[in-house]
Amino acid sequence: MKSFDRSDSKLVLAHVLFAFAALFIGGVAGLLQSMVKSGSIELPANIGYYELLTAHGVLMALIFTTYFIVGFLYSGVSHTLGGKLLPVSRKLGWYGYALMSVGTVMGVIVILLGKASVLYTFYAPMKASPWFYIALALVVVGSWLSGFGIFYQYIRWKKGNKGKLSPLFAYMSVVTMLLWQICTIGVAIEVVVQLIPWSFGWVDTVNVVLSRTLFWYFGHPLVYFWLLPAYICWYVVIPKVIGGKIFSDSLARLSFMLFLLFSIPVGFHHQLMEPGISPFWKYLQVVLTFMVIIPSLMTAFSMFATFELYGRSKGAKGTFGWVKKLPWKDVRFFAPFMGMLIFIPAGAGGIINASNQMNAVVHNTLWVTGHFHITVATSVALTFFGILYWLIPAITGRVLTPRMNKLGMIQTIIWCVGMFFMSGAMHIVGLFGSPRRTAYNTYNDHPDAVLWMPYHVAMAIGGSILFIGVILIVYNIIGLLRAPRGETEYPIGEVSEASEKTPAFLERWGLWIGIAVALIVFAYTLPLVDMIMNNVPSPGYVTW
Amino acid sequence: MHLHRLEKTWLKFGISMLAVFLIVLGVMAFSMGMKPPSEHHHTVDPTKVAETAPFDNPGLNQIGKNHYEAVMTAYAFGFEPAVPLEVPVGSKVDFIVTSSDVVHGFAIVGTNVNMMIVPGEVSHVTHTFDKPGEYLILCNEYCGTGHEFMAITIVVQ
Ligand code: HEM
Ligand SMILES: [Cu+2]
Ligand SMILES: [Cu+2]
Repeated sequence: MKSFDRSDSKLVLAHVLFAFAALFIGGVAGLLQSMVKSGSIELPANIGYYELLTAHGVLMALIFTTYFIVGFLYSGVSHTLGGKLLPVSRKLGWYGYALMSVGTVMGVIVILLGKASVLYTFYAPMKASPWFYIALALVVVGSWLSGFGIFYQYIRWKKGNKGKLSPLFAYMSVVTMLLWQICTIGVAIEVVVQLIPWSFGWVDTVNVVLSRTLFWYFGHPLVYFWLLPAYICWYVVIPKVIGGKIFSDSLARLSFMLFLLFSIPVGFHHQLMEPGISPFWKYLQVVLTFMVIIPSLMTAFSMFATFELYGRSKGAKGTFGWVKKLPWKDVRFFAPFMGMLIFIPAGAGGIINASNQMNAVVHNTLWVTGHFHITVATSVALTFFGILYWLIPAITGRVLTPRMNKLGMIQTIIWCVGMFFMSGAMHIVGLFGSPRRTAYNTYNDHPDAVLWMPYHVAMAIGGSILFIGVILIVYNIIGLLRAPRGETEYPIGEVSEASEKTPAFLERWGLWIGIAVALIVFAYTLPLVDMIMNNVPSPGYVTW
Repeated sequence: MHLHRLEKTWLKFGISMLAVFLIVLGVMAFSMGMKPPSEHHHTVDPTKVAETAPFDNPGLNQIGKNHYEAVMTAYAFGFEPAVPLEVPVGSKVDFIVTSSDVVHGFAIVGTNVNMMIVPGEVSHVTHTFDKPGEYLILCNEYCGTGHEFMAITIVVQ
């Protein structure tokens, strides 16, 4: 067993630790939000609810996720493509890290100074300080550099290994970063072309509908950017952790390509309830949205096939006998498995949200907040947590002790219980109409709003349990960094012997990028032309 | 590419359900009048809302038997008209709403009325109030510090 390259582990660890610092600060904000919403506390006069909410959204959805993802992908790329990063890739990784960190620190300062209480979606014509937009642009450009590092390593590997199939982890990392490059172009145009000149006062007005559309062109693939790395863990790592095999290499690759194609030309499903877009284009993008169900079904099948094959290889009998053979007491399996399990109802909720006219039932209610707390904040976050228990030992040359494993199990259970209360209450009270992104108010004790409050209290209870989970995960990271020295293998699954050879077209990048671009052009060109031709300029406002 | 026999069945079933579901959604939207709100293109200069018809005279107008038109302007942090609207039970109300500043939301609790109000655009939605009560109309898109206070009511009796 070859140990992990030491200078690469610095880069990976720097990303992981930054991610969890963001999670911790974001968690404090989250806890306070849930307390405020239930009427249990009032914030001191100099802290606004919406400042906290902006910080929470930015730190959780943008910073925690992006840092962890870049760190995780770099670790796997280093491990599977030659055992260490090429100097160019490592440099790009560090430059990316530096830019993103400058951006993050700047952004958080501007938010806490109250100059950018525009939430993490920064909808125009609310006008934040230009430094907020510049901070976000730095984060995006930093992540691009990191993406280039991954592409560079991959291309060099392909050149040196002509005709060979690339390792699955690396292939999936390239798809993930490609998705990111293509989708962030939208938000980059919004921020650089529209918002920065406008917030500096160089131009007076902004095209609001266009800015929202550019944002959501990015906003939906953003969620797949979170999800795909979790899928990498499910497809590539989990089979090894349980001692089984990857069900099929080619289907895994195909499903990633389908995610690349169908997660971008679909942003209108976040704009279903708004004016300025014709119902035809909304419906068309709804249809494209639902195409991701196909690779999702493939993923579900592969996961359970891997589990069943493993259980049967261990002598399991009967239809469900294999369930008992799974390593339930191993946090490296249990945490991501809970993530997978929770993704079943979470995905079903997503289908409801995207259902065209049915979106009216849930749009901008707490249901939606409940939805993404079980998708990104549970399925994805628990998978990321589960990764820590082998990644940190593997890259720092340590071992996972039984005690750390147990603490990890406890952390996972705390997280699930907390989310059950918080997200469950959000889903239910959302159906009763309680709005999201709203500080405490009972609307002059309107009977409907008064009835929401018990659910808001349940949310606060869940939020408090979750905060214990945040503290415990931080404690666990410290524990992992101080675990006894030893060798831990970087778990990369092998493909099952029964699986067939992977066809070469899955690695014809030109072909897939071409189809992706064609779909985007098809779904967006006419609506964008319409928005630009019918521009109704709006001045900016500072309403906080 | 090879697919396992069971996986083929699984995908066939899943994809057929998906097709049925999308057809149902499409038929309901386009031939049963259940499109998402604001289907018509209708714009207004957001800096001149108060001078532009119909928003120069916000309020409730009767336009037919049991049929009303509610012209409203959303602003940080309230709605024009600021007094509760009143309609008889069974009334059909066409809401015509725009914003004179930032983006707002417009949701009526206990109904499926839920739409975005975007400056420069006019949002339209129609609802028939079959049950009496005092309905809460609230802004459900963050619009600034006073966002949580942005609400009025519509009384159906
Ligand atoms: C301690 C754990 C957490 C607690 C207590 C918590 C609590 C909350 C609450 C109460 C809200 C809703 C506020 C509102 O709509 O008025 C919220 C929003 C949000 N949370 Fe969390 N959360 C936690 C963890 C996370 C994690 C891990 C993520 C993502 C990785 C996340 C992402 C978000 C996002 C994106 C929003 C929406 C912000 C917005 O509407 O602008 N949260 N959170
Ligand atoms: Cu989406
Ligand atoms: Cu509002």
